Amino acid sequence: MRILRAIFGHGSGRIGGVIVGVYLLIAILGLVGLTPHNPITQFRIDRLHAPNGAYWMGTDLFGRDVASRLMAGIGQSFTVAFFSVAFAALAGTVLGLAAAWLGRRWDGVVMRIMDVLLAFPAILLALLIVTVAGPGTWTSVVAIGIVYTPIFTRVVRGPALSLKAREFVDAARTFGSSSFYIVTRHLLLNLVAPLTVQVTLALAWALLTEAGLSFLGLGTQPPAASLGLMLSDSRNLMETAPWLMIFPGLTIMISILGFNLLGDALRDILDPRMRRAPA
Amino acid sequence: MTPLLSVHDLRVGFGRKPQANEVVRGVSFDLADGETLAIVGESGSGKSVTALSINRLIDFGGGRITGGAMTLKRADGSLFDLMGATEPQLTGIRGAEIGMIFQEPMTSLNPVLTIGSQIEESFRLHRGLTGRQATAAAKDALDRVRIPDAARRLKYTPNQLSGGMLQRVMIAIALACNPRLLIADEPTTALDVTVQAQIMALLAELKRETGMSMIFITHDIGLVAGIADKVMVMQNGQAVEQGELNQILDRPRHPYTQHLLQDVPHFANGSAARVDGQRDKGEHMKPALKVNGLVVRFPLKSNFFSRASGAVHAVDGVDFDLMPGETLAIVGESGSGKSTTAKAVLGLVRSTRGSFSVGIRKASAAQSAKPVQMVFQNPYASLNPRLTIESILAEPVIATSGRVDAGTRARMASLLERVGLPANSLQRYPHEFSGGQRQRLCIARALMLNPSVVVLDEAVSALDVSVQAKVLELLVDLQREFGLAYLFISHDMAVVERIAHRIAVIYAGQIVEIGDAASVLSMPKHSYTKKLIAAVPTIDRRREHFEIDTRQVPSLVRPQGFEPAPARWEQFGGDHKARVEG
Repeated sequence: MRILRAIFGHGSGRIGGVIVGVYLLIAILGLVGLTPHNPITQFRIDRLHAPNGAYWMGTDLFGRDVASRLMAGIGQSFTVAFFSVAFAALAGTVLGLAAAWLGRRWDGVVMRIMDVLLAFPAILLALLIVTVAGPGTWTSVVAIGIVYTPIFTRVVRGPALSLKAREFVDAARTFGSSSFYIVTRHLLLNLVAPLTVQVTLALAWALLTEAGLSFLGLGTQPPAASLGLMLSDSRNLMETAPWLMIFPGLTIMISILGFNLLGDALRDILDPRMRRAPA
Repeated sequence: MTPLLSVHDLRVGFGRKPQANEVVRGVSFDLADGETLAIVGESGSGKSVTALSINRLIDFGGGRITGGAMTLKRADGSLFDLMGATEPQLTGIRGAEIGMIFQEPMTSLNPVLTIGSQIEESFRLHRGLTGRQATAAAKDALDRVRIPDAARRLKYTPNQLSGGMLQRVMIAIALACNPRLLIADEPTTALDVTVQAQIMALLAELKRETGMSMIFITHDIGLVAGIADKVMVMQNGQAVEQGELNQILDRPRHPYTQHLLQDVPHFANGSAARVDGQRDKGEHMKPALKVNGLVVRFPLKSNFFSRASGAVHAVDGVDFDLMPGETLAIVGESGSGKSTTAKAVLGLVRSTRGSFSVGIRKASAAQSAKPVQMVFQNPYASLNPRLTIESILAEPVIATSGRVDAGTRARMASLLERVGLPANSLQRYPHEFSGGQRQRLCIARALMLNPSVVVLDEAVSALDVSVQAKVLELLVDLQREFGLAYLFISHDMAVVERIAHRIAVIYAGQIVEIGDAASVLSMPKHSYTKKLIAAVPTIDRRREHFEIDTRQVPSLVRPQGFEPAPARWEQFGGDHKARVEG
């Protein structure tokens, strides 16, 4: 509750929070099927209608309602983004904590592997994994998750190393606390703030990567809707039916803006140095 | 005659509303040519903010001067308004007219530039010297602060010099342009006591040579005796008392000044040593902790593949025993191995050789598991900020028996009460407590397992002087009540005198003198102990001249396989003995 109030007290946090909240609502509606029309049913008679009262954002080449497809697409893209970021955050945190706590050779091995993964551009690495595993929703989740794991590993390892050298960790050792207890209570608990910020920002990148994969035909498969897929379908009709491109494009742009604004706000709020002293 | 610096009703605030958040509230003083003003106060008293306001460095630290007047008499006799000055004007004043040295010499210098180039910079900027001339001037500056072998040291980078040497370099830089006012902000707080004495002596000498004025900021009223002409005592942003040195020290009028002079630990050459709980000669008690021939070495490797070429002999053959209810203080300077000894006893560093035996008072599972507990130096770093006090106090119990039951909760409540914290503390977080309260929490946590030995590693060094006294009192009370044995690691002789029954002086990894506190402090036998005690600042030694001793602590790096010669001891009555110097 306190954190929500803080977000809405923060200038960009308010905008970002509202955007992300609205998107989440739309995503849920899209996922449970509460859309104005069926996003997959083709109304051949209403092909390529411009936006009007019945079809708020027009229809596509097969007479499908763009607004409904957008809602379903947001649901699909958010699902992939959430699961892939959850995967990346979990894997990255475990690897980062292991590297920092075990140190020496483990640290070297883990971090060099992460360096190799980071050396590939994100979309290229995701493409490689999807090509090998075959396209589909869950392969996109795993691919995007692997791509963003190194970032979480780095975000966790650095602060974990400095926490490890703090006196409260030494104190815990003098009581004979177990490694698991020290890593979870003393390291992980102090990493919640940077991880929260990183998760929010990673959601924006994951959305973009998912859109990119779908655009290239390697993510969500038709006839299911996804933001990248809708953009890809609109390419040939850009001049006759610009609404096919404008609405998905704006949807992607605004969602990423929203997550970035929220991430920036969280960074400010959770950073103790930025915290205003109580008057 | 107009004073060199005149400050009238200075007010400084921080934050968005500086008027509402004032930390300096109406400070006034005058400083004449060649005079030294000492500003004394505890943390948060506004002493550093006052000093930083004089050369307007406070503008960069987020502060705003909200009121008052400050005028500086320039070299040509004209008056310069420090309040209304523009930033370019101030740049000409800083360094040239007002020099400044800071607390941390290690972080005040740029680590990638040689000290020579950093001193030359000052000459280049303010005097326009270049090339050879600047180098020659830098060498003179180093000679002036008594750095031996100055020409060669110019090419050193900061990491190659000790803290005391670096503070000399900082002084050399500050004095490069012959400022008429030097502001020294706790210049010796980060340094060892013998180095502190050297720096104080150097400052006093330089002041005599150059005739400059000085503002000397310190939390230690014992230090001002050697250097100040006037003293200003600050508390909560106000000057509660100011006047001539002798008047302040001998006839303090304000209760806070009296408190600083009387209640705070001051060194008294062994006369304030504890008389309770002395060892009974006849009784053969089992020691609570016995350390035999402790050796800790860290092998030196130049890289992964090469064999160890030598070792750092951090602790080189230390023996002592500690009786129940007794405090053994281990004193020494940084790098002497005192903290490593403590960590080895606790198993935080692996000892190379030697044995410990820990006497267990009562046979219970928790006690035999962890009979030695520790309180760390920094109460801000030794409590996890994300855990409630309840979780923090429960941790030792969870670590040893794995369960928190009603008995544990009762013990938490009684210990909290015993260390003087409110009962509702359990649900709060560490940041809600002050430094002194946090250290009380650390003490309570260390006592959760009912230990027989508590290691206190500089446990009061990070606290303000008046809080120190209270925590020491608490420690003494707890010792009597629970029969605890303390291993008290400290560099501060005044604190040690208040709490120790016995003292071991450690130098270069070896004990050079050990014995009962009163005897060691009043009749030191080893030359190092004598030097250490002579360097302790006290209010009784006014304007004393220290001999400047630039001997460095010997390197602890030894070639592979090196073994120290066995110690020969000389006895001086009772159990007081000192190592025979070779």
